Amino acid sequence: MSRARWTLAIAIALTVLLAWLVLYPIAVVGAEATNATAWHDFVTRPGEWAALWASLWISLASVVLAAAIGIPLAFLFEWFDFPGRKTLGALIALPVVLPPLVGVIAFLFLYGESGFVARAIQALFKLEHAPWELQGPLAILLVHAYSMYVYFYLFTRAGLARLDVSMLEAAQALGADRRGTLWRVVVPLLRPSLAGAAILTFMTSLGSFSAPYIFGGGFRVMTTQIVATKLNGDLPLAMVETVVLAAVAVVALLILRRTEGNDILVALGKGIAPRPRPIRRAGVRRLTTIAGWGLAVLLLLPHLTLGLVSLVPYGAWTTEILPPVINFDNYRRLLSEAERLRPLLNSLWMASASTAAAVLLALVAGWLVVRRRVAPLLRRMIEGLLVLPWALPGTVFAIALAIAFSTNAPLQLRFVLVGTAVILPLAYLVRGLPLTGRGLLAAYRQLDPSLEEAAASLGAGRWRTLARVTLPQLRPGLAAGASLAFVAALGDIVASIVLYTYETRPISIEILSSLRLAETGVAAAFGVVLMIVSAVVLGVGARR
Amino acid sequence: MSGFLAIRAIAKRWSSDVAVGPITLDIARGEILALLGPSGSGKTTMLRLLAGFEAADAGRIAVGDEDVTAMPPARRRIGMVFQHYALFPHLDVGDNIAFGLHGGGGAAVEQKVLQALALVDLAGFERRRVHELSGGQQQRVALARALAPEPRVLLLDEPLSNLDPALRERTRRELRQVIKRIGITTVFVTHEQEEAFDLGDRIAVLNGGRLEQVGVADELYERPVNLFVATFVGRANVFRGRAARDLGGDQTPDGQVLVVRPERLQFGASGLPGMVREVRYTGPATFFLVEGEEGERFEVLAQPDAARIDERVHVAATRVIVLPEPGTRR
Repeated sequence: MSRARWTLAIAIALTVLLAWLVLYPIAVVGAEATNATAWHDFVTRPGEWAALWASLWISLASVVLAAAIGIPLAFLFEWFDFPGRKTLGALIALPVVLPPLVGVIAFLFLYGESGFVARAIQALFKLEHAPWELQGPLAILLVHAYSMYVYFYLFTRAGLARLDVSMLEAAQALGADRRGTLWRVVVPLLRPSLAGAAILTFMTSLGSFSAPYIFGGGFRVMTTQIVATKLNGDLPLAMVETVVLAAVAVVALLILRRTEGNDILVALGKGIAPRPRPIRRAGVRRLTTIAGWGLAVLLLLPHLTLGLVSLVPYGAWTTEILPPVINFDNYRRLLSEAERLRPLLNSLWMASASTAAAVLLALVAGWLVVRRRVAPLLRRMIEGLLVLPWALPGTVFAIALAIAFSTNAPLQLRFVLVGTAVILPLAYLVRGLPLTGRGLLAAYRQLDPSLEEAAASLGAGRWRTLARVTLPQLRPGLAAGASLAFVAALGDIVASIVLYTYETRPISIEILSSLRLAETGVAAAFGVVLMIVSAVVLGVGARR
Repeated sequence: MSGFLAIRAIAKRWSSDVAVGPITLDIARGEILALLGPSGSGKTTMLRLLAGFEAADAGRIAVGDEDVTAMPPARRRIGMVFQHYALFPHLDVGDNIAFGLHGGGGAAVEQKVLQALALVDLAGFERRRVHELSGGQQQRVALARALAPEPRVLLLDEPLSNLDPALRERTRRELRQVIKRIGITTVFVTHEQEEAFDLGDRIAVLNGGRLEQVGVADELYERPVNLFVATFVGRANVFRGRAARDLGGDQTPDGQVLVVRPERLQFGASGLPGMVREVRYTGPATFFLVEGEEGERFEVLAQPDAARIDERVHVAATRVIVLPEPGTRR
């Protein structure tokens, strides 16, 4: 076969594989969600509409809250200089190392009705009951704001760092004052960053499962509603709910994408970002530093709480404000009891396998899309399939995989995978594809083709060029995407809760069952392990 | 004399060993002044001090008798064209130009935008996107945007450095025409001598944060005040010791150097002996690289047939410039 034919064959194979992984299960659910009774149930039950509405308004409110916290912080840290700016600026992004479920249980231990804060207040004022219950929409919003303001913070900072200082100077030279410059130049130029953060926050909230699951109580959003319906065994209704959530997500994404605008906002000149301005007034500077450290402590409290709770042995802590005993009992149990070690090993191997597969697929896709002359239609299909899982909540994929792969129909490319060890890595792979795919495509596009040509002209063969030139150049993008995918898989609960079996149960499921047995120490120890592994992996992935 | 734009002992200190100034300069109304110097000479700092983007540590700046030293850039009424133009990518051409125009209502603003575009020969471009324009068009839009609010002074930061060489010369002429037509006082920064000569009425040569010399082009070329100006402005051969005495006779006492432009050297029967090492043909004339007997190398500009490679020649000077050896500065 000629080289062009080989390329075409590989491109078609990849497209089919991606379509089978990403599109096919959704299509199966769409085709099978035709049960008239289920649709009737969905339309007539007020609970369904309430959950749908709750999903939407929680997501919108999360965007508003996250923006209100993240944007001012980004301006503060990017434009002003004060003692501790660098350290604090990095600390403030720390909520990202908490996988969603771990963040939620940390909040539970900290602000829940029997958490530290509630206990302290109860003891202080000698109350008979806990002063509050951490439940319902406010609790969910609190967690969302905490974990998602980071998107606005990071996106806005990145946008500000790309801003060309001569744009600001040009505005001033044309007579614009500080406010005029902000509203007429800075904000419009930041629009893509802000819109990107808003889209990410909205989509993450829409797909958020841990917070509504733990804190929702009777308050249901679509993700928890779907899982509850599925657990009740009403599969037709679960399918209908899944289709509705998927449709809402796609429509929301299409609407939100319009806010990004199609402007080419890259600065035309060489962007040199403005240097941070020292805060001159000593009082203001001191206040900013103090407030910054206060904020950092507040943001780190959940991490610290988790660490402390993980050191409290089972049953040792009842009514005291602070735990009376601390030791490493929980960690010892976690590593020595086979039934507790297993979820840890499960999660590690499943996350590794799915990440490796996601990287490999992304590499092939990047090579085809950027380097080879694949027909534009195929190229668009490959790119679209790679990012599609990002547009849909994880619950949608979990249900879709559960339904598509619980039937044996080889001619329809359907096999019984549910209940096997394959299904969870497969689900993680689907969720990881957009992360590795985006990272790698971006890196591939920035890669100067003349580097590969130079290697070839110096006598390096195809594989030597790949190993010595291409892969090292792609490494940062690859590592960033892979670390995100690995961390997402390691901490996943959305897909796991629908698809796990006892043998393949991952850490998140073990955390839930420990909580149910009131083994908070073990749950926290698992949380700490997840947190540390995530932080290390993300740290390695972010290295240049 | 006190110029329309008066710069009095202005100074900016970046660190203990990097500083600009103190510099005093007067620029007449309607004059075009070039700030010429190598990178790091402080010319861009000067421009930014004038625009108000940097605060001076000492000295004063006045525009038409109004002291603007402490005035923020937004209130100085000084227009600026940035090196990379700094056109706002989120606005179209018309809105970019209208950015600095306030008041007078939409129709008046619209009118001024059209006038500004006509001035730079871009009528009909007002609804174009900035990134659709070529480099030369972007440069003209940036000029129109800076001129539209009718500033008192126009500043240009390396105005032609982003254009390809073929376009540069034409744009230079057009730029000068536009500036002269509206008669605005202009200061521009460049590191190219040819650009400074062609576009500027007078040229201020900067080096290491100091003002070396101000003058019209032929003054700088024919009567440089020191070796830096002599070698930075135009091509120059520098002779010391015996070679200097051979060429200039007794004009060069100790501590002095002799500077001779290549076109002021000619081959003859007597003079400084040497060997032609390289011949560089440039069209109208040819550069001959000659190596003297003490290993000194210098350029002679002459007719292509004046000498051949490896030929033994004698070189005489028709005009020499005697300058103090650097380090023995006045």
